[in-house]
Amino acid sequence: MINIVYRLKSPKFFEEAIDEIELDGVIVRPTYLSICQADQRYYQGSRPAEVLDKKLPMALIHEGIGEVVFDNSGEFKTGDTVVMIPNTSFGEDVCRANYSYKSKFRGSGFDGFTSDLIKLDSSRVIKLPDDFNPYVSAFIELISVAYQGIDKFKQIASTPKDILGVWGDGNLGFITALLLKELFPDSKVIVFGKHLDNLNLFTFVDEVYRIHDVAEGVVVDHAFECVGSSASQLAIDQIIDLINPQGIISLFGVSEYPVPIDTRMVLEKGLTIQGNSRSEREDFIGVIKVLKQNPQLFEYLGKLITEIHEINSLDNLKESFDRDYISKFGKTILKWNK
Amino acid sequence: MMIFAAVLAGGIGSRMGGTDTPKQFLDLGGKPVIVHTIEKFAINGNIDKIIVLTPKNFINHTRHLIEEYIPNNDDIIVIEGGKTRNDTLMNSISFIEENFGIDDDSIIITHDSVRPFVTHRIIEDNIEAAKRYGACDTVIPATDTIVESINAKTIESIPVRDYYYQGQTPQSFNIKKLFNLINSLTKEESDILTDACKIFTLKDEDVYLVDGEVTNIKITYPYDLKLANTILEDKHD
Repeated sequence: MINIVYRLKSPKFFEEAIDEIELDGVIVRPTYLSICQADQRYYQGSRPAEVLDKKLPMALIHEGIGEVVFDNSGEFKTGDTVVMIPNTSFGEDVCRANYSYKSKFRGSGFDGFTSDLIKLDSSRVIKLPDDFNPYVSAFIELISVAYQGIDKFKQIASTPKDILGVWGDGNLGFITALLLKELFPDSKVIVFGKHLDNLNLFTFVDEVYRIHDVAEGVVVDHAFECVGSSASQLAIDQIIDLINPQGIISLFGVSEYPVPIDTRMVLEKGLTIQGNSRSEREDFIGVIKVLKQNPQLFEYLGKLITEIHEINSLDNLKESFDRDYISKFGKTILKWNK
Repeated sequence: MMIFAAVLAGGIGSRMGGTDTPKQFLDLGGKPVIVHTIEKFAINGNIDKIIVLTPKNFINHTRHLIEEYIPNNDDIIVIEGGKTRNDTLMNSISFIEENFGIDDDSIIITHDSVRPFVTHRIIEDNIEAAKRYGACDTVIPATDTIVESINAKTIESIPVRDYYYQGQTPQSFNIKKLFNLINSLTKEESDILTDACKIFTLKDEDVYLVDGEVTNIKITYPYDLKLANTILEDKHD
């Protein structure tokens, strides 16, 4: 069937394109989408030129929910609200599918969600409870990335988890700290950030510090780096300084540049550095379960929503990316009417 | 309350040239144009019945195409179209009246069979607008300057472009309202009736605008089909 896809042709320039989809999966109409930093890096043209040349034109956005329009498998009903899983496996592998070279990711390896309809395999679609807030549900994918990292940390951490440190006062730092408080109710969660305005929103954690003003004697058992970009280096330096021996450093922040790490101290303290990227079906299921059991989380997560835009045209889409770019904190949600 | 789609494929394509096959049956990326169009309505769970109206000698051909290409096609009915577009539209309404009856709330979405790039969003917006307002037309803002000339030699006027739109399809209506309005037309009014929405405006009934898409093109000339095939082949892997 013919489908209309709205692709980024070159930085800051969207265009309509015609595609074809087979009717052998689940056809979803996108309803609420959310902009990620990775989308912004394509939109702003801040990825290396050869990457842009190779990947564009491509539809952006990999965080979002939609309504089932048609399902050949019979698993879903027309009108079901579903969350869409952007990672798509094209073959078995020995590692998790979100790290497999055989997987492709929407809005990175192939078209993202900005289109009239989206065809997904039924394993890439999960029905959401009817009472879920659609604006927060739009960024379940981002929550699932934090969930995935925390789940992995849980499996490998061997030392006590009494004090957990989160570096970064942005969206992912907020979500990670919130999930840690929920999943480790007996642990103390400390957030280290740069912006006091942002840190003031972390009312649910035990302590917050500005990175240049950490109290004497503060240490953490394990650390979650949610900073990214060139600031990663400072964050990782501070983590290595404050973390107890044999702690786990979970890295989440994306940097376009190589980041030097003080390996001497990593060796001396016996630290484990764990990379985290993307997520898989089980992580989405885990997040949905946590949200279902703890509906108060919607209120906290709702604080992250700083911009809501109705998208009726490609100009609207462009404006929302421009607004999102200058927004210092929070998520931009797109109500997709295009 | 029922929602009907009428895919208007009654035309014999006098403007297409160079072929005897009506343009709706020509190939577009490996499938006839009309199949692409019907698919858009076939996957829409809100639509109860799809009525496809074709020239008499293409009825069986169309049925075969639907059987070949469209799964779960029980709700698709092929009937004969009329001589003009409005005759074709009337045939669909008569068919609905005879087979399902006409209640107060049922609506009909009428669509050109040669607009295969219509989006799901446009169809959904049509259903919503027809339910709420009784009539709607799918349009995009005019981009070219519109020039009026009566004698085909000199300009009579240049209207303000901001007030002008290009009409696409679908056009959707409350069936009962449309049926009553058509029956109330005088002979003179019928003669100038080239567009279903015009019936409503003639009778001072509001027709609401639904945003179309620049991609929702009508395949009218050989160039259009060539263009449509080119953009479909150019699709990104």
